[in-house]
Amino acid sequence: MKSFFRMSYPYILWIALFIVAPMFMILLYAFTRSSSGAITFKFTLENFSRFLSDPTFLKVLWTSLRIAFITTVCCILIGYPAALFIANLPEKRQTLMTLLLTLPMWINMLLKTYAWRGILMNFEMESEIKVFIGMVYDFLPYMIIQIHTAIAKLDRELLTAAYDLGANKWKSFLKVTLPLSVPGIISGITLVFLPAVSSFVIPKLLGGGNYVLIGNLIETYFLVAGDWNFGSAISLVMALIIIVSMYLTKKLDTSTEEG
Amino acid sequence: MEKKKSGSRFFTSGYLILVMLFIYLPILYVMVFSFNDSKSMISFSGFSTRWYEAMFENREMLESIYYTVVVALIATAVSTVVGTIAAIGLSKARPLIRSAILEINNLPVLNPDIVTAISLMLLFLSVKIQRSIVTLTLAHITFCIPYVILSVMPKLRQLDDNVAEAALDLGATPWQALTKVIIPQVYPAIFSGALIAFSMSFDDFVISFFTAGVDVQNISMYVYSMKRFNPSVNALSTLIVIAVTLILVAANLIPALKERKNKKEET
Repeated sequence: MKSFFRMSYPYILWIALFIVAPMFMILLYAFTRSSSGAITFKFTLENFSRFLSDPTFLKVLWTSLRIAFITTVCCILIGYPAALFIANLPEKRQTLMTLLLTLPMWINMLLKTYAWRGILMNFEMESEIKVFIGMVYDFLPYMIIQIHTAIAKLDRELLTAAYDLGANKWKSFLKVTLPLSVPGIISGITLVFLPAVSSFVIPKLLGGGNYVLIGNLIETYFLVAGDWNFGSAISLVMALIIIVSMYLTKKLDTSTEEG
Repeated sequence: MEKKKSGSRFFTSGYLILVMLFIYLPILYVMVFSFNDSKSMISFSGFSTRWYEAMFENREMLESIYYTVVVALIATAVSTVVGTIAAIGLSKARPLIRSAILEINNLPVLNPDIVTAISLMLLFLSVKIQRSIVTLTLAHITFCIPYVILSVMPKLRQLDDNVAEAALDLGATPWQALTKVIIPQVYPAIFSGALIAFSMSFDDFVISFFTAGVDVQNISMYVYSMKRFNPSVNALSTLIVIAVTLILVAANLIPALKERKNKKEET
């Protein structure tokens, strides 16, 4: 059987070349500077201090986090009842509803966002609200499906037991369904908050040119300004924030399981 | 009591209908306006297929469709083969090695697209490879393989090792054990992995945007870089929605039909 392991050698070579090496490139560029196009191999924190000391950059970072946070909260508030109601439908209808929710996920995000641009042309509103609509629209199905999976797995007997013990509808929801669906909410958060922080298409297409999030900043420094060192540093800062928030959400998950 | 119950059912179905309307609003909207006689996205002035005709005359748009399909097909084929073989190899690896490689495998899935995108762009630029359809395809294969592995791996681990072992003992070559015993058992997972890989490649924007050259663009890049509003995009979206629906319906129906047929043959 061991000879089978050899079959993964080509793939291991592939990830070394196209996943590990590129990640090292980001690290290398983030901690160095370039002069006249060539990288100078001298360790420096200049790129990071430049980012962290400039209020304009920090404001962009703050806006990205704020928008991602509000998008996530909206997705939970709209998505939770939807997931709950779907879970209460007869089984055949549940399958149909999940299929209906999955279908738009397969359609090109750029095209859907472009469609929203057409719809929102009919309305006068602030660009930030347009960005919100686009973001919530894009991520809502993921949230609903995650929460629905968690609720559908839930043991119905527990609810019957709660009713038998005299709990009313609200009480059994608060004491049984809600706590047991937390893992679904958590995986929903990771599928919504994390990509929302780095999103740069929706702000650009719906927010107009002057709406800048951190993703747009990275794009500018790579493709317009050509400062790859600074661009790498920004994306490292963003990746770090994402790793920390992922770690915190995971911790939240285990602490609710224990509690 | 009865009245209250039907009242709450009215509320829940009303809510679900509203959510579904929200999710399907842009899709229905572009479908309707793709047949609009005028350029307006606000008022419908009459039925016409002029935007479909315009689409087939738009060279740049047709080229972007062509590149999208070609890259998606190559990326799906390569990533399905490499990913399946790698998953089979990894399932026989020592647990420590396996989990270490799977951690790296997960990086493109967990990382924000833009980080994967710039990391690949830096790699290509620093070894002085001109960005082109080749680098674009390499990048797509790289982010597609993890999805194939994630889809195939769980099924492989459910397999009974003894069956492949028995085949080897009975004189099958490892290649025969692979193609006659292991792959047929995980075929559905390979198929769904390939389907996910295709849609990931077909829909990708961010990674393509950073890794394709100046003269190659896929559908997403074309839409992103469009200077002025172009209703032909509505026609394109409509065609893609129809294609996606057909593919998804087929992917859901074929296994169900096969099962029915198998059951019939058994009886």
